[in-house]
Amino acid sequence: MELPVLNNVAPEAGGCSAGSCGSTDDQMGHLPEHIREKVFNHPCYSEEAHHYFARMHVAVAPACNIQCHYCNRKYDCANESRPGVVSELHHPVQAVKKVLAVAATIPQMTVLGIAGPGDPLANPERTFETFRMLSEQAPDIKLCVSTNGLSLPDHVDEMAKYNIDHVTITINCVDPDVGALIYPWIFWKNKRIKGREAAAILIEQQQKGLEMLVARGILVKVNSVMIPGVNDKHLAEVSRIVKAKGAFLHNVMPLISEAEHGTFYGMTGQRGPTNEELQTLQDECSGDMNMMRHCRQCRADAVGLLGEDRGDEFTMDKIEKMDINYPEAMKMRAEVHAAINEELESKRVAKNAKVQLVSIDGLKLNKPETRPVLMAIATKGGGVINEHFGHASEFLIYEASPSGVRFIGHRKTVAYCEGGDTCGDGETALDKSIKALTGCEVVLCSKIGFEPWGPLESAGIQPNGEHAMEPIEDAILAMYEEMRVAGKLVHKSSEQQKVA
Amino acid sequence: MAFEIIESCVNCWACEPLCPNKAIYEARPHFMIDPDKCNECAGDFEESQCVSICPIEGAILNELGEALNPPGSLTGILPAKFAELVARQQAA
Ligand code: SF4
Ligand code: SF4
Repeated sequence: MELPVLNNVAPEAGGCSAGSCGSTDDQMGHLPEHIREKVFNHPCYSEEAHHYFARMHVAVAPACNIQCHYCNRKYDCANESRPGVVSELHHPVQAVKKVLAVAATIPQMTVLGIAGPGDPLANPERTFETFRMLSEQAPDIKLCVSTNGLSLPDHVDEMAKYNIDHVTITINCVDPDVGALIYPWIFWKNKRIKGREAAAILIEQQQKGLEMLVARGILVKVNSVMIPGVNDKHLAEVSRIVKAKGAFLHNVMPLISEAEHGTFYGMTGQRGPTNEELQTLQDECSGDMNMMRHCRQCRADAVGLLGEDRGDEFTMDKIEKMDINYPEAMKMRAEVHAAINEELESKRVAKNAKVQLVSIDGLKLNKPETRPVLMAIATKGGGVINEHFGHASEFLIYEASPSGVRFIGHRKTVAYCEGGDTCGDGETALDKSIKALTGCEVVLCSKIGFEPWGPLESAGIQPNGEHAMEPIEDAILAMYEEMRVAGKLVHKSSEQQKVA
Repeated sequence: MAFEIIESCVNCWACEPLCPNKAIYEARPHFMIDPDKCNECAGDFEESQCVSICPIEGAILNELGEALNPPGSLTGILPAKFAELVARQQAA
């Protein structure tokens, strides 16, 4: 039986008593059990875990061996969560100290990534020294690494020695002609190589690295930056190929190219995709690929749980003064993790029970003539509608249709109102929120002020605060039913639908 | 015969491990080349290693003070175009 709440539900055959249910949405259903177990409770993959567990990055790898047109080495790279060279660079010994200090203070921190400021594998000594020390001293921390892939084949065997949870390769193309528009040069075998030739080498190395990792049983995630007019038409093929080679997730991210970042794309006015373009491509790719829609391109240097940054507590001089007994901390961490897992598990059981009910109710909705509707949710997490419209800095987008409720992605905005009376810049922020909600017909939040109501309605978005504290899927289904009863869901091509 | 790193260097470390003569060292505000050690990679590599990996146009100069990666050579945005783009952005 297909359950109408499509995400957060693993196929029944998957044995959803333990790890799989409520993990990471529709795309996780098709993954083999051992992979699902790995990504489950991973703050980067599981929407739910994102609220309970945390990850951090350390900047130990400054050098890079390629240039991307969306990157300016000086600044943090928004596209790849890569810190810039202006960020505080750590020596591996310092980095390990920092990780242990954070892990002992924030027991929810379970994943450590190395993502820059350059390419971790262009700095293999620093990267692997960090991994080696952490594997020894903090075996309860999962390690991950992101790379452009150029020198990946040289390091796969070394990587296999550590507690590496997964490797992320940024693959923007498989065609050197497309690549030549993205990568102006690479440094290869002691020479700078430009143009198509450079792209061809990079692509070959990426694909080879991907195959080698898969052959050694290391999980591989592929990130792609969607660049309209450059690789947007090409990414469905990339998706198909990397999946065929065994990548477990493909994450398509929008190009971020603000002029002030001084990147080539920023300078030349190359735009990023609209929310709709991104979503269309993600849908297209998900047809034959496990897509990842949680990624918020979070700040690489942020420390803490979702939405918080406790980086200030862990500056190097503060860390030097801390006295960390990690073996002791590890015991405490294990207790905290067990408690969180228990809570997640009980939520999952409750949700499962509810899903069965919703599914029965949901089946009544199964009228072929209703069309799909996008709804935006303001939430602080926990799977319920619990955020004030004006305080939301992002919305979760869901699609309701006769076949159920499906998680589509995140859209960021600027919190329209940062509290009671500090709404000075309110109008532009509201405009931004409305733009972020393009295509949505409903926004569900715990509360909404009077002011934004009118502009939202005129933009064709119905604000609704009546489902405060309700589970997201329930509220969406209720809303969808309400719209159906009000006759708002008649499909324009309902005749065709009926035939089908 | 020696090259020089100037203030536009972003301290990215890319050049430092590549130098066959250990001529490059970390310094503030920017990395430096020890002129007594640098031989422009002669005899070691076909291309000077620091110049071949440096991501910043104009950050490394030859003895004549000429940029070894001149404007436009890495980004593909030639100087005239660059000025035009900057002007357009400032107008916007
Ligand atoms: S030119 Fe060669 S020898 Fe001179 S600093 Fe650069 S890498 Fe070193
Ligand atoms: S590669 Fe260029 S920017 Fe980087 S440290 Fe060397 S001189 Fe400076």
